[in-house]
Amino acid sequence: MSRRRAGRVAVVAVALAGGALLVAAALADTLTYYRTPAEVLGDPAGARERIRLGGDVVPGSLRRSGDLVVFRLAEGGREITVEQRGAPPETFREGEGAVVEGILSTDGVFRADHVVVRHGNEYGPVTASPEPAGAR
Amino acid sequence: MLGDLGTASLAAGLLCATLTALLWLRVALFAAPARPARLATAATLGAAAAACALLEAALLGHDFGVTFVAENGGRHVPVYYTVTSLWAALDGSLLLWLLVLAGYAALLARRRRYPARLHAYAMAVVSTLTVFFFALSAFAANPFRPVSPVPADGPGPNPLLQQHPAMGLHPPLLYAGYLGLAVPFAFALAAPLAGPQGRDWLRAARPWALAAWAALTAGIGLGAWWSYAVLGWGGYWAWDPVENASLLPWLTATAFLHTATRRGTGRAGWNLVLACASFVLVLFGTFLTRSGAVSSVHAFTDSPLGPMLLGFVLLAVVAATLLAGRRVPEPPRRAGPAADPGRGAPALSRGTAVLVNGVLLVTIAAVVLIGTVFPLLSGPLGGVRASVGPPYYERTAVPLAVAVLLVMGTLPAVTARAGGLRRLAVPGGVALTTVAAVGLLSRPGAAALTAFGAAAFVLTGVAAELAERLRRDRGTAATGHRRRSPGRFAGLVAHAGIAVVAVGVAGSAAYGRDAERVVRTGETLRVPGASARLVGVDRSADAGTMTVRARLRLTGAGGERTVAPALRYHPGRDATVTVPAIRTGPLRDTYVTLLAVAPDGGSATVRLAVNPLVGLLWAGGALTAAGGLVAAVGVTRPRRRPAAPATSEPVAAETRSEPGPAETRSEPGPAGTRSEPVAGAAG
Repeated sequence: MSRRRAGRVAVVAVALAGGALLVAAALADTLTYYRTPAEVLGDPAGARERIRLGGDVVPGSLRRSGDLVVFRLAEGGREITVEQRGAPPETFREGEGAVVEGILSTDGVFRADHVVVRHGNEYGPVTASPEPAGAR
Repeated sequence: MLGDLGTASLAAGLLCATLTALLWLRVALFAAPARPARLATAATLGAAAAACALLEAALLGHDFGVTFVAENGGRHVPVYYTVTSLWAALDGSLLLWLLVLAGYAALLARRRRYPARLHAYAMAVVSTLTVFFFALSAFAANPFRPVSPVPADGPGPNPLLQQHPAMGLHPPLLYAGYLGLAVPFAFALAAPLAGPQGRDWLRAARPWALAAWAALTAGIGLGAWWSYAVLGWGGYWAWDPVENASLLPWLTATAFLHTATRRGTGRAGWNLVLACASFVLVLFGTFLTRSGAVSSVHAFTDSPLGPMLLGFVLLAVVAATLLAGRRVPEPPRRAGPAADPGRGAPALSRGTAVLVNGVLLVTIAAVVLIGTVFPLLSGPLGGVRASVGPPYYERTAVPLAVAVLLVMGTLPAVTARAGGLRRLAVPGGVALTTVAAVGLLSRPGAAALTAFGAAAFVLTGVAAELAERLRRDRGTAATGHRRRSPGRFAGLVAHAGIAVVAVGVAGSAAYGRDAERVVRTGETLRVPGASARLVGVDRSADAGTMTVRARLRLTGAGGERTVAPALRYHPGRDATVTVPAIRTGPLRDTYVTLLAVAPDGGSATVRLAVNPLVGLLWAGGALTAAGGLVAAVGVTRPRRRPAAPATSEPVAAETRSEPGPAETRSEPGPAGTRSEPVAGAAG
């Protein structure tokens, strides 16, 4: 019995250690950080990796040329120009909050490949996922 | 008027529920007659039903003086979606939650064949839950609050929730699943309280857990299908916190069901932990989805429900931990290999397989839980706000899920009386052949190949087992000894369903192709296997909505057809929803979404996708849920053989060491619990 118990302790310990390793490795590689425009401007080096940038779309800043959409995201008085290829979802509007995902390039323009429209805090059941656009 | 009645019904329900909890406690403590408690339980159900009926009446009668109707009703909403809007928002859905919970309580109260003390304590626990949710409804989320001034019309429910008939089924099924898990939880808490009578809790809890699991499975599957058909992104699972909240209790409940079988080496402590964890995760998921904690990229909103729910989750955890700690110790196992299923049995026994699978399932649950709460905790704790996306889950949960499949596939070998590992030869061979053939033909990638192989392994094993069982049944039928166990058959069906789902997931992920770009009228968008030419863009408006439709000529494997995906704008909510056009084929779906339309109508942004094998997901999900349902019916049905009374079963009749906290255990879990066959769980 004690051998069985030791075996079971071993199974659980291995599962725990394996799970912890798996989680740590996966988190280290796949985590996306949120930054505000102020944080990005204060520490541009921190945005060289892939981040999510959140703010309000500055009214009047939205331009479309072909596939390219350019707008500015602002929060707390600081603004960043965002370039996004491909049309943003229809729910994307000027003056509304938005979160974009991408990388800050060296010229100070944030190149996004995903627009995640910030969702209200309204409760929606399972399928009303907050970010259907960014889900894939 | 309706509003006042509704508030009164909530108050009455709170009173009745409190009384019910006290009366059942009285039954448990003093062996008082149960009749008053049963009546009080029925009265609580009546109050919950009255509250739901009153809110439905207010919705159907467009009584905009009631807050919930003013926020979620609308004169333009079709009757079906007016009825379902009861659960289209927080306050009303709590009423449905209450109705389902009170319904389970009433069903459980009627049962008379459980040990009296165990039953009474379980009822006290369920009633306490009812009290809490009535209090939540009455104090923090009363949908009947009056509005002034009374508006003339309302915005209707969230537009996403009035697009698909699944709205009438998916939430009630999920609630039936979630709250069904409250019953095993109640039995698990009641078992240590009821003393020696509590040892039968597993037998009592199992049918409830099975029924709840079947409903939860169906609810999750339906939710995946709904999200696929409605949201327009072409996927069925986004690893969204709200989705994860439904998956977590499913995983632990699955592990619970497997450890609670009669033939499994039921370790009572492990069972107890799993039963408690399942419902605690339900409560935690409720907290996540109802408090506003996860619907935004930012942390908590000031919903009054959040702190109450979180407090209750903590209370449940503390209660479960304390009670699990003072669980009545099992009788010492009999010496000798004959009575010790562990010692004489080979290393690869059913018990081992169930234990390993349970540990794997719990690990998946832990990994998903960490991913779900990490964004919530990382901000307040570490100062960085972060998000955890699908890549995290693909790297953690997916390999673990494949491992679960592989362990599941060893079932034929470990249940057999003879043959052992050799019985894995055929499934193993088929699996390797599948991997080789699929890999050579289509190169879907390592993850998908592994999943295909594992699924082939499971399916072959299940088929072989079914064939052998049928043959054996025919043989025994000839001699007049028919031995059929619907439960085991149902288990095989559920396993096959899971394997089919795995094929669908892997296939749609590996072979799916999509393209997304702006197309002008007359231009064509192509993906391998399908193309779509934009014919034109139409705009239309009707009561409450404005719709833009793109007409596309779709060419695929099955000829040509015109489809019209749309964007529908609901001014009442200032929200746009996508209405994808899905063409379903036997092997693959062609999925067209309209993402945006140029103001002049001359071009549109269109997403065209081919989703192969996605139908297997729905079929497999249905099969799995059906397996659970059959098993639930199987264990509920009275057995042909008269069951021995619980007290005369060999294990229960043994002498036990005195009750008290188990000696050396510091944490509940498989490591610290005694290994002991369960005292007669139903089979």
